[in-house]
Amino acid sequence: MKEGSNKKIGEPIISVRGLTKTYGKLDVLRGIDEDIREGEQVAIIGPSGSGKSTFLRCLNCMEDPTSGSIIFEGVDIADRRVNINTHREHIGMVFQQFNLFNNKKVIDNITLAPIYVGKRNLRRAKLKNALRTIANLFRKNKKELIPITKTKKEIVLEARERAMELLRRIGLEEKATVYPSTLSGGQKQRIAIVRALAMNPKVILFDEPTSALDPEMVGEVLDLMRALANEGMTMVIVTHEMGFAREAADRILFIDEGQIKEQGTPAEVFDNPKNPRLQEFLSKVL
Amino acid sequence: MSVKENLFKRIGKAIGRFFKKHWIDLTVLACVIPPIVLLFDYIYDKFRFAKKIKIFYDQFIVNQGYERLLEGLKNTALIAVVGLMIGIVIGTVIAVIRVIRPTNRVIKYAHNIVGAYVALFRGTPIVVQLLVGYFLLLPIMKVQMDPVAACITIFGLNSGAYISEIMRGGINSVDPGQLEAARAVGMPYSTSMLKIVVPQAIKNILPTLGNEFIALVKETAVVGYVGAVDITTTFQYLASNSYEYMVPYLVMAIIYMVIVAVIAALVKLMERMLAKSERRQ
Repeated sequence: MKEGSNKKIGEPIISVRGLTKTYGKLDVLRGIDEDIREGEQVAIIGPSGSGKSTFLRCLNCMEDPTSGSIIFEGVDIADRRVNINTHREHIGMVFQQFNLFNNKKVIDNITLAPIYVGKRNLRRAKLKNALRTIANLFRKNKKELIPITKTKKEIVLEARERAMELLRRIGLEEKATVYPSTLSGGQKQRIAIVRALAMNPKVILFDEPTSALDPEMVGEVLDLMRALANEGMTMVIVTHEMGFAREAADRILFIDEGQIKEQGTPAEVFDNPKNPRLQEFLSKVL
Repeated sequence: MSVKENLFKRIGKAIGRFFKKHWIDLTVLACVIPPIVLLFDYIYDKFRFAKKIKIFYDQFIVNQGYERLLEGLKNTALIAVVGLMIGIVIGTVIAVIRVIRPTNRVIKYAHNIVGAYVALFRGTPIVVQLLVGYFLLLPIMKVQMDPVAACITIFGLNSGAYISEIMRGGINSVDPGQLEAARAVGMPYSTSMLKIVVPQAIKNILPTLGNEFIALVKETAVVGYVGAVDITTTFQYLASNSYEYMVPYLVMAIIYMVIVAVIAALVKLMERMLAKSERRQ
């Protein structure tokens, strides 16, 4: 726990149980049990090829787990019958290669998903209301209709307003109407983070967010992430930035050969490593 | 300014530029070609160009052959443009189906069906498809159909098979991270494809798509087989009416060349505009 920060770490928001993942004959993850708690920042470190990115991508089922369960808000999203899309709305993701939509302007990049989700929910509510109205004709105790508060236009306007607000926050509001190809790497990554934030996610997953950046642009992205951490956003970060992990994370997971070999607070892991593989890894990177 | 206005403005500018650049060449050509033709006429008696041109002129202007040509042009444009649109829709659907990994049985069946479709339409000549479709399938299904409408349908289905392969290449050329990012914000596969991947794919394949359109325009020359009036049948009619084949067929060739040149220029223009939208402003 950092000094001066008044964050509260709450209930587990993602619970991973017995997670394994195999590609053909290759075992990438071999049984991971882990809880990500609300409001905490977890940094995942480990040598390359250890499965840390795969683990992160399993958390929102970008990779389908081979076995095991991932419980997000009480629902096992690893189950194939669950509609994964409605849950992914609440799990933001930031990629190593930014992956901004090249054919959309910056502002549309940010508003695309909120507008899509808003319109879809509106459509669903209207359909449900229509069905309920018909069913109510035959019911004795009538069911109430879902209140519809926003029109499509309001959804769009609200999403744009929120996007501009977020852009103002990172100081890129004048870039709202340009295409991503005109931006620097650091700007792209900050907009990718903002794109994730626009959905008001419960947790954000970062997949090596600074690895593809020029050294001088790493700082601006880490600053934004630090600010988010101080606001109490739940974050899971795969990173090679040991300095950032030590300073901003509440907990460090060391993954090697598809298993969590050691975990603890930054002080425990960095200053007093017990696992010999971790000692070797740290001696190389620090 | 909207993209549409922009396009028209640019077309106007391009035409202006062309004449500004080439007006000397055009004048020289106009001054030089007729005397040369007449000279040939004078030297080699058997060509008799002037007489042939006169016959063609009578056929074309005096006997109102141009009305037929206008109808032919209209039909050719209709078949090519609407056929291409149908082809793009069908091709996109097939390509999207084909790039899904076959994880369950339904997708495997879908793959087999679209595979058979592509094999069928790529494996037979367009003339055969027209003949089978118009003289065999339509009577069997007891459908009365205008020849032009039948041609549009067959050409659409045919180009759909070719465009599906082009589009598949285009979709594969888009960075997979784009689809991943769209899925990660909670959009389903179909929406992600439609809003993010396919627009970028179309940008990548635009030159090839233009090529396909040009090929389509030229392929429409066979619609005479089922009784539709197009450019080719118009000139065939003019030629066989007067027993003079040289001038009508030469004019026909020139008309096709001009159409193709215009399409090529338009495709180039569109390409440049799309590329510009993503460059530094």
